[in-house]
Amino acid sequence: MIRIQSLSKSFLGSPVLRGVDFEIHDGETVVIIGQSGGGKSVLLKHLCGLLKPDDGHVWVDDDDIVPLSERRLAPIRSKFGFLFQGAALFDSLTLFDNVAFPLREKRKFTEAEIAQRVAEALEIVGLAAAGHKKPAELSGGMRKRAGLARAVVGMPKYLLYDEPTTGLDPIRADTINNLILRLRNRFQVTGVAVTHDMASAYKIADRIAMLHEGQIHAVGTPSEIQATTDPIVQQFIRGVADISQEVHSGNTANY
Amino acid sequence: MTLLTRLWQTVFDLLSQFGGVLLLFLDIVRTMFTRRPRWKETIEQVYKIGWQSQAVVVITGAFTGMVFAVQTGLQFHKVKMDTAVGPVVAIAMLRELAPVLTGLMVAGRVGASIAAELGTMKVTEQIDALRSMGTSPTDYLAAPRFSALLVGLPMLTAEAMACSIFAGFYVAVNMLNIDPAYYWHNMLKFTAAKDVAAGLIKSVFFAAFIALIACHKGFNADEGAEGVGRATTQAVVVSSLTILIANFFIAVVFNSIVPI
Repeated sequence: MIRIQSLSKSFLGSPVLRGVDFEIHDGETVVIIGQSGGGKSVLLKHLCGLLKPDDGHVWVDDDDIVPLSERRLAPIRSKFGFLFQGAALFDSLTLFDNVAFPLREKRKFTEAEIAQRVAEALEIVGLAAAGHKKPAELSGGMRKRAGLARAVVGMPKYLLYDEPTTGLDPIRADTINNLILRLRNRFQVTGVAVTHDMASAYKIADRIAMLHEGQIHAVGTPSEIQATTDPIVQQFIRGVADISQEVHSGNTANY
Repeated sequence: MTLLTRLWQTVFDLLSQFGGVLLLFLDIVRTMFTRRPRWKETIEQVYKIGWQSQAVVVITGAFTGMVFAVQTGLQFHKVKMDTAVGPVVAIAMLRELAPVLTGLMVAGRVGASIAAELGTMKVTEQIDALRSMGTSPTDYLAAPRFSALLVGLPMLTAEAMACSIFAGFYVAVNMLNIDPAYYWHNMLKFTAAKDVAAGLIKSVFFAAFIALIACHKGFNADEGAEGVGRATTQAVVVSSLTILIANFFIAVVFNSIVPI
């Protein structure tokens, strides 16, 4: 379980997170939605200690990770897989070596075991034949899938997805969604995804949390979020620039 | 903003940069003593930093030795001291010019490359990806580059020393018609192992400065292409200036310990 307690973070004096309180239960996939630049990725990076908060705590299982040094965070981070927005593959390594990287770093596996697990991970994301390619030779969708393979190859307990479908065409986006669902069902990982792609959110989420003005504004299952009458949530999930105009025009059928 | 505030800001920035470099140094040293060495990455960096810099260093050393021999030869000829060209070229190259010029050339070629590579990794979240997998960027990226420079730069400096002396000798003998036996004899008579040691010891310091400054600038690059460009420029400028300034102080300290 991940527990976020009164988490606050500012950049250059501008508050981004203002006392976030939230719990992510084992085995569920939580999708965090919210406006661009609203602090979703910042929140995600706090979960595995990539960012240090100004105030508050993040509990991963029984450990408060906030006071831990980089070295003491290393074993905690081995519980995580992280799919970065731009995949963040290492340019100098082939796809195979990228996916093998977390396994080699653990120094627990033989090269034969690594080769087998990498092949399985690449198979899951449909890139079995592309292992020899460098990231620069891959399309955006392929890079994202490769990033997903690297995130899951170490069989993490927690998977963090930063905008897993952003920048992809609807078909590729749905492929990624299906992959996330397959990973959850097959490996029972706890997932936290940050997105503003509502189709993706409805498909992969057990619960959706909306981050608004640095705080968790609403939490619920996808159907609860769709059914809510909260104007801020409705404005976001319906993608309306000015919700009052929608109300005046009588287009409130989904409220 | 008042002048005083701006001055304070500049001093504060300089101190925080210095502090950042110092912390990186301590982290690298700790990593080198507590983690398993990354031989593969280090050898790769020795190849990139050392082997691939040879052409630049050989040309710099050779032509500096040649021009130094020509200029001193023409002046010394006026006072009938032609055979003093050898020792002057040798001592100047061994103690000062070879380490400094090699350091500057490597700061330009390698320092820029390290800062640009690490800066790009920072802005494309590759550094965060490393950290998210429990791998320390200091361990995986900075320590191999630091070690490779510490090994590579003294070797490049030695190469530049040799090239400059032989090139100076060639020019003195063939263009200035200085007797080769006298040239060589006088050069050996007035130079000693401590002159070579002075140059090589300096190059170890310069290697550390280049690696630390370039890695620090790369790790702290601002977002976007502009941020990476700025980090790269700063890495070259700051490490070059550091080499020039530190050279003076190292020379003073070395001369007080081992008099010429």
